[in-house]
Amino acid sequence: MASHDLPAIASQVRRDIVRMVHGAASGHPGGSLGCTELLTVLYFEAMHLTAEPFDMDGHGEDLFFLSNGHISPVWYSVLARRGFFPVGELATFRKIHSRLQGHPATEEGLPGVRVASGSLGQGLSVALGAALAKRLAGDPRTVFTLHGDGELQEGQIWEAAMFAAHNRIDSIVSFVDCNGQQIDGPVDEILGLGDLAAKWAAFGWHVLTADGHNFDDLRRVIAAGRARRGSGQPTVVLMKTAMGKGVDFMEGSHHWHGVAPDDGQLATALAQLSETLGDY
Amino acid sequence: MFDSRYLLTTEPTESKDTRSGFGTGLLAAGKADSRVVALCADLTGSLKMDAFRDAFPERFFQTGIAEANMMGLAAGLTIGGYIPFTGTFANFSTGRVYDQIRQSIAYSGKNVKIAASHAGVTLGEDGATHQILEDMGMMAMLPGMSVLSPADFNQTHAATVAAAQHVGPVYLRFGRPKVPVFLRPDAPFEIGKAQHLAHGNDVTVVATGHLVWEAVKATRILAERGLRVDLLNIHTIKPLDTAAIVESAARTGAVVVAEEHQRIGGLGALVAQACAAHAPSRIEFVAVNDRFGQSGTPAQLLDAYGLNAEAIVRAAERVHVATT
Repeated sequence: MASHDLPAIASQVRRDIVRMVHGAASGHPGGSLGCTELLTVLYFEAMHLTAEPFDMDGHGEDLFFLSNGHISPVWYSVLARRGFFPVGELATFRKIHSRLQGHPATEEGLPGVRVASGSLGQGLSVALGAALAKRLAGDPRTVFTLHGDGELQEGQIWEAAMFAAHNRIDSIVSFVDCNGQQIDGPVDEILGLGDLAAKWAAFGWHVLTADGHNFDDLRRVIAAGRARRGSGQPTVVLMKTAMGKGVDFMEGSHHWHGVAPDDGQLATALAQLSETLGDY
Repeated sequence: MFDSRYLLTTEPTESKDTRSGFGTGLLAAGKADSRVVALCADLTGSLKMDAFRDAFPERFFQTGIAEANMMGLAAGLTIGGYIPFTGTFANFSTGRVYDQIRQSIAYSGKNVKIAASHAGVTLGEDGATHQILEDMGMMAMLPGMSVLSPADFNQTHAATVAAAQHVGPVYLRFGRPKVPVFLRPDAPFEIGKAQHLAHGNDVTVVATGHLVWEAVKATRILAERGLRVDLLNIHTIKPLDTAAIVESAARTGAVVVAEEHQRIGGLGALVAQACAAHAPSRIEFVAVNDRFGQSGTPAQLLDAYGLNAEAIVRAAERVHVATT
């Protein structure tokens, strides 16, 4: 499989996601399916990764922080398919004594994970700290983050946003998964975010938008974000996605935020997703 | 009676704030190791971090009044191999940011040093909103977190240097008021190792933080009354030197624990657990008993909450009578 065949990789990642969540009878398929293209293009094409085995400090590497840790299935699948750990380990997701905890964690030593996430709103601060460390060390690499749109209801995000702009941290490119859904319903009904582009701009960030299911569009904003180096301004990408993308009965519904498919639903889902790299 | 390896004097002529010991310790740690960095949430002067900021401006980060973000930044800085110290009042170092510490620092095993000033009622006139009395318990409950509570200026300097050298998250608690300087600057300091300040076989006194000096005074008063105190300075709440406490309690059978903290969840509870398991003893607790603080001078507040030498003396006499 050529590493540039991103649609084929994404199809396998989506199979992994629904199989992992089904196997654990719990987990978060909706957001995972919606962010499959982003994590695939980051890990298989965009990110500069050197360390083998995995190096926690990541000197000379691009870093990625998943702040909305509940979409761990997509990250675990991409990390495994990219070679961070054996693909077979995906079968242990959410099971006792697994390195693949329900939400990402470092305690069991899973390669690729640099900080625990799950309690929302904390990942941007941690990523900015890592960006400061790169600045101190003269390391020119980029720090990427991913956040849910509902997660932006957490106040710490905006503390971090202020800090990044004030300190001219232009080595960070943050993605917001704008699927418009959270556990209890549509974001606009639960606690509306207002004009997100204007909010981030008012906090001093350079704002881009992208179609989260279009690889070319994602390539474009990743390159544009990197090109902001030297601007003194952090970059945020408001990434439009559909929760549950790729599985017709899950698409666009907050019901599939954190519900596992049953046996019949799994079969229906897998029939829509090509097995391109071999199931784990 | 007193061990001169640790005690500089029992008649101190100098008083200094423990936060200044943190300030000099941070500067020394920064000079010794270029990986040491510092963050502060708009309290640089109060935390005595000015000297570090001026010596290493590129390694100092002003975060503004945003403590949750500061804790996350510190966790992230460790990912590049740095050794960050966060600085704010103890209240804003713990209760305000407990979940950030729990997830991004403790559970993630990050090498962050949480420097917490103005702990306890001796913060004084600002009152209970700022006088945290629950912090040691909250921090000690987190797996992997070390909790340091040094007693005077010299020991806070030593504890800060030791925290920088220790690998793993550390909560470092100290205070605002000037208190007597009574411990030697060159006294052996090892995280997790109690200091046996005085030797006696009648009553064990286990003290931490500002109350160690009160316990030294109490030891002298009790000696005049014929009671020989075995005095332990517990500068490390976690990992607790259980062996030292149990050895002493097994000899005396009578224990007093003194701390500027809530009785529930503090050093007293940890000592009681250790003694219950290994050296069943009568124990008296000199601590705050399920109350909030209030405005006042540090001395008035220590008196009002029964956190002084006199209270330790009374507790020692009660517990001694009960065991004889």
